[in-house]
Amino acid sequence: MIRRIAVSSKVGDARARHYLGTLKTIFPDISLSAVATAAVYTIDTRLSLKEIERAAGRLTNLLTETYSTQSIPHPQDYAYAIEIGYLPGVTDNVGKTARETIEDSTRRKFRADEAVYSSTFLFLSGTLTREEVENCAHELHNQLIERVNIYSAAEVQEGFPIIVPKVKLESVRKSVDEVDLDVSDEELSRIGKEGIKDADGSRRGPLALSLSAMKVIRAHFKNLDRNPTDVELEALAQTWSEHCKHTIFADPLDEVGDGIYHRYIKGATQKIRKQKGKKDFCVSVFKDNSGAIAFDDTYLVTHKVETHNAPSALDPFGGSVTAIVGVNRDCLGFGLGAKPIANVYGFCVADPHDERTLFRDKEKTQTLLPARRILEGVVRGINAGGNQSGIPTPLGFVATDPSFRGKPLVFGGTIGLLPRTVLGRKMYEKRARPGDYIVMLGGRVGLDGIHGATFSSESLSKGSPATAVQIGDPITQKKFSDAIVREARDKGLYNSITDNGAGGLSGSVGEMAREAGGCMVDLDTVPLKYSGLEPWQIWISESQERMTLAVPKGKWPAFKKIMDRHDVEATRIGMFTKSGKCIVRYRGKTVMDMSLKFLHDGRPIIHQRTKLTNTVRSDLTVSREVDLKKTLLDILARPNVGSTAFISEQYDFEVQGTSVTKPLHGRGRVNADSAVLQPLPDSSRGIILAHGYCPWYSAIDTYAMAATAIDTAVRNAICAGASREHLAILDNFCWSISESSERLYELKRAAEACYDIAVAYGTPFISGKDSMHNDFRGFGENGQFVHISALPTLLVSALGIIPDVARAMTIDWKCTGDVLYLVGETNDELGASEYAAMLGLSGGHAPKVNVKRNAKVYDAIVKANAQGLVASILGVGRGGLGVALAKQSIAGQMGARVDLSRIPGKARQSDAILFSESQGRILVSVRSTCEKAFEKLLKGIPHARIGEASGTDLSIELPGARVDVPCPSLTDAYRSYFKEW
Amino acid sequence: MNPVRNQQKLKRKRNPTISNGVKRPHVILFSGYGLNTEDETKAAFESVGATADIVHLNDVIARPNLLKKAHIIVFGGGFAYGDDTGAGKAYGNRVKAHLGGALQEFLTRDTLMLGICNGFQILTSAGILPGALISNDMPRYICRWVDLKVENDSPWLRGITSLSLPIAHGEGKYYAPPVQLALLSKASSIGVKYTKGEMYRHFDLPANPNGSLEDIAGVLGHGGRVLGLMPHPERAVRFTALPHWTLLREEYVRKGKEMPKEGPGIQLFRNAVQYFL
Repeated sequence: MIRRIAVSSKVGDARARHYLGTLKTIFPDISLSAVATAAVYTIDTRLSLKEIERAAGRLTNLLTETYSTQSIPHPQDYAYAIEIGYLPGVTDNVGKTARETIEDSTRRKFRADEAVYSSTFLFLSGTLTREEVENCAHELHNQLIERVNIYSAAEVQEGFPIIVPKVKLESVRKSVDEVDLDVSDEELSRIGKEGIKDADGSRRGPLALSLSAMKVIRAHFKNLDRNPTDVELEALAQTWSEHCKHTIFADPLDEVGDGIYHRYIKGATQKIRKQKGKKDFCVSVFKDNSGAIAFDDTYLVTHKVETHNAPSALDPFGGSVTAIVGVNRDCLGFGLGAKPIANVYGFCVADPHDERTLFRDKEKTQTLLPARRILEGVVRGINAGGNQSGIPTPLGFVATDPSFRGKPLVFGGTIGLLPRTVLGRKMYEKRARPGDYIVMLGGRVGLDGIHGATFSSESLSKGSPATAVQIGDPITQKKFSDAIVREARDKGLYNSITDNGAGGLSGSVGEMAREAGGCMVDLDTVPLKYSGLEPWQIWISESQERMTLAVPKGKWPAFKKIMDRHDVEATRIGMFTKSGKCIVRYRGKTVMDMSLKFLHDGRPIIHQRTKLTNTVRSDLTVSREVDLKKTLLDILARPNVGSTAFISEQYDFEVQGTSVTKPLHGRGRVNADSAVLQPLPDSSRGIILAHGYCPWYSAIDTYAMAATAIDTAVRNAICAGASREHLAILDNFCWSISESSERLYELKRAAEACYDIAVAYGTPFISGKDSMHNDFRGFGENGQFVHISALPTLLVSALGIIPDVARAMTIDWKCTGDVLYLVGETNDELGASEYAAMLGLSGGHAPKVNVKRNAKVYDAIVKANAQGLVASILGVGRGGLGVALAKQSIAGQMGARVDLSRIPGKARQSDAILFSESQGRILVSVRSTCEKAFEKLLKGIPHARIGEASGTDLSIELPGARVDVPCPSLTDAYRSYFKEW
Repeated sequence: MNPVRNQQKLKRKRNPTISNGVKRPHVILFSGYGLNTEDETKAAFESVGATADIVHLNDVIARPNLLKKAHIIVFGGGFAYGDDTGAGKAYGNRVKAHLGGALQEFLTRDTLMLGICNGFQILTSAGILPGALISNDMPRYICRWVDLKVENDSPWLRGITSLSLPIAHGEGKYYAPPVQLALLSKASSIGVKYTKGEMYRHFDLPANPNGSLEDIAGVLGHGGRVLGLMPHPERAVRFTALPHWTLLREEYVRKGKEMPKEGPGIQLFRNAVQYFL
């Protein structure tokens, strides 16, 4: 019998008040007077009356809550009730915890087909129409993952209907076992694009295999004298996907026969490592789930940044939880398992005030979520994923541009710590051996994320599968993370480990099989969330929170025991072999039998061609007679520049007790572009994290965009206390319309910049990722076709090691009388600047990176810091000098008198001096007794002594102009954009 | 080492000496199901001379005798069961159902117990400390530093009148019915209260971050031997953990003084160890 327990607050419900506030803000005209809530658990198992009472008691804090097992308690005078719960099959973490609580109270496990389903009831009071309530409900749920039911008070006098969102898969099997490829090119191409055709004529969803790839597959199986099975074709689609093989970066491009990844990214690292010689700090780069560098003689530090863009457009919350929890597994899956010690994030989104309504279909039934809800959702996702995992989030950013309206870019990164050796074993090397058990660890397999890898290799459009959306379960992952990092790893109980990300088991087992030389998998043994899955679905499902390990036979009992104690499900699903083949069985039949060579290397290589883009270079179209003071305040109030403290403060940056400099600097709490950690309790060595990005410059020149991203990341790291001696970087490319040769040209230029700048600075790439199809193809309000391509974007993440965290630096001006310096040159480089964007100006020059000069600047700063001369420091970035000075003033809650009329560089006009985004510039304050020592270090480097910190006004002297702004006005402007968030 | 003998010694006198001659109180830190601050809390205890073990809840349930060798039990911070169904509820229920007796027995000895953040929520859910922690007034997770004042003589807080520590929680508003609040106050059982101090002045942020009744940030039980608090002392054991330490560094430099090494949180751990020496 289905039972229901409802729990509601009896001491004032903050969440209900919050709902009321949110709805009144969004719908100011409706007469909503009150909101009440109840948490409801729908229990699908047999429980006695006594058991249900006991369970209810455990789900309720009797001091602050009441429960009912008979009805859903509601206010007397409510008008409508809204029930929001999950759709069948969507991860329901609350339901799962309730189930475990009930199991513990009855001391009896649920059967596999029994469950608890959570939902929330909202009771709305006031004079409301059904339509108004529907609008409210629409605002509060996401139709792709949640169900909603609306009841008027009159309708449900007999009680609320009970809904059980149980997964029921059709019992009639409609899948085909093998796929006939002996068809016309047109049909072959359709199979690649739309998927395998099942018995009922429906298509399974994109394989994202090109016609030439399909032809190679056809030829391969013709040789074998048989058709491929559906499992084989699906597995090939996963393995060969752009998402997994990075075909665009790997394949030849113009004269670059070895591909741009090999030539420019890996090539840069090889060259730098050679140049560094004995000082090379790279340990494991480009070959594992993360990149690793030396921390000290005993430990390594790893870093990896991922994106999760397409799913975040559909379900921003689920997409971003998965982004962060997924990249945590790239850390746990590095070597034999690094401990995650920090997360970083980045959101490239449309301005939340962007009011465009977009649809995925011409019929306008599938609305894209509004820009505001996408940002809200992705912010909440990292909150849930990072906080619940107990990993600090010290750094992140928000960047806005209208081009991110179709697909947001959601970056998630994880830094890890790993001993170099344990019991004489190198922890950064791994190898599955023939005879090892293939063990799946963590969550179970459902339909989640089927076609995830192939889906993200396609543009977002109508056919985008809703099952592509997964919701992470950080606690399941935390449980196996503890079990691995604290116990199993250091006991040497397994030979290899990797995460289940794109392509699920087909990806992880397929990859590890290369280490051993083959594998044999029995799909019947894979634990499932619910019955009825087809073998191909089990093989490629991207259900989250799973790792795959190679466990030697003799160590299996000890391994299994540890996992049992930690309440972690571990299952043997097969064995690694040396057959050279990947063999998969299901119900006594072989459903896949493929040589590893074809699986991994059979893909056709495409020779890609680029075409020069015809960008007309022009000067900035300007009327440059602006009110400089107002302009400065307006720029501070823009989402690309203004405070995102509301995000920084809802992410735990203190957990693990390693925080040295915080995400917000100074009294005025200004967002920093770097963070410093002390990862070990008994060593003062530190880790510096920093980022650099400037997608806007892509409108002018992708070389400048990429060069700036690297320069900015390096500069931000230097300004936190790093030195080029021990500084590595990571690249994350997010491109769009990558099939066009013009975009490929821009990609090539960006890759060239990566090589040039990284080699010049001696900062090797240690890991990277690319996401090449950030396009939205859909329809606008009038049904017109709309194509939105995200700006070509390179995020560069820096990872530096310093000997003593006590030398870390922050941006806030410290003391009255401190002397202010500007180091570096300011040129007229306003093209695609924040200033130009605000005024709607096009053209102009993007900043040029002068690596020789900048390197001198950065090295001088390192020396100054080593001598203890620096009181405050900030790299000049988006918004130029005006914004940088304002940020230091806000952070220190202190004014300054500054003269910018005679600074080095070619900028002459006041607006260019104030807002040009020339690279390589740093603002430094030093105490007055250190002036001489500091200037000595700057010999031969362009710099100017620009003033002194004093008073409460920021007063800036410019050629023929003067800007005077009180610090409180700057602060208000800086905090204004997200004030209500 | 003979845990039973130690236990008797503990009962008999204030100065227990472990039978192997080492004067080190032993700490057991609970783990599992999403608790996550065990490592840094263990490091904090060890840095002031304690020995410490991280033990999974399931292991303690399987062998409750493990607790007999402990002088201090800690339920640290984290997200047990993801805070699903309410912070600390699911873990607290399990503790109460399976270890209620063992923990009572532990507390009949002259021992100490600490619940930090999620651990505090667990201790209230398990009925070891009074009151409840409910959603912050602004129902969102918040991470920042707060100021605290101390008006009692709990062994955990000896010698401390005020200190600043970080918080990080979504359900940290302390609630208890008026009668109970009055009782707490009367019995000097309010552990720490949010107050206007250095952080408040520095950052211009509200002193009470979550709407806690009577500004309560932590409460005491068993004559002060059990402390539950929302702020995290284990994240404030180093000077460079302070949110404004780079400003303080400048002040020290200008006064020609050495910058301190320790942060304000370390004193709690030192107090706990001192209690047994």
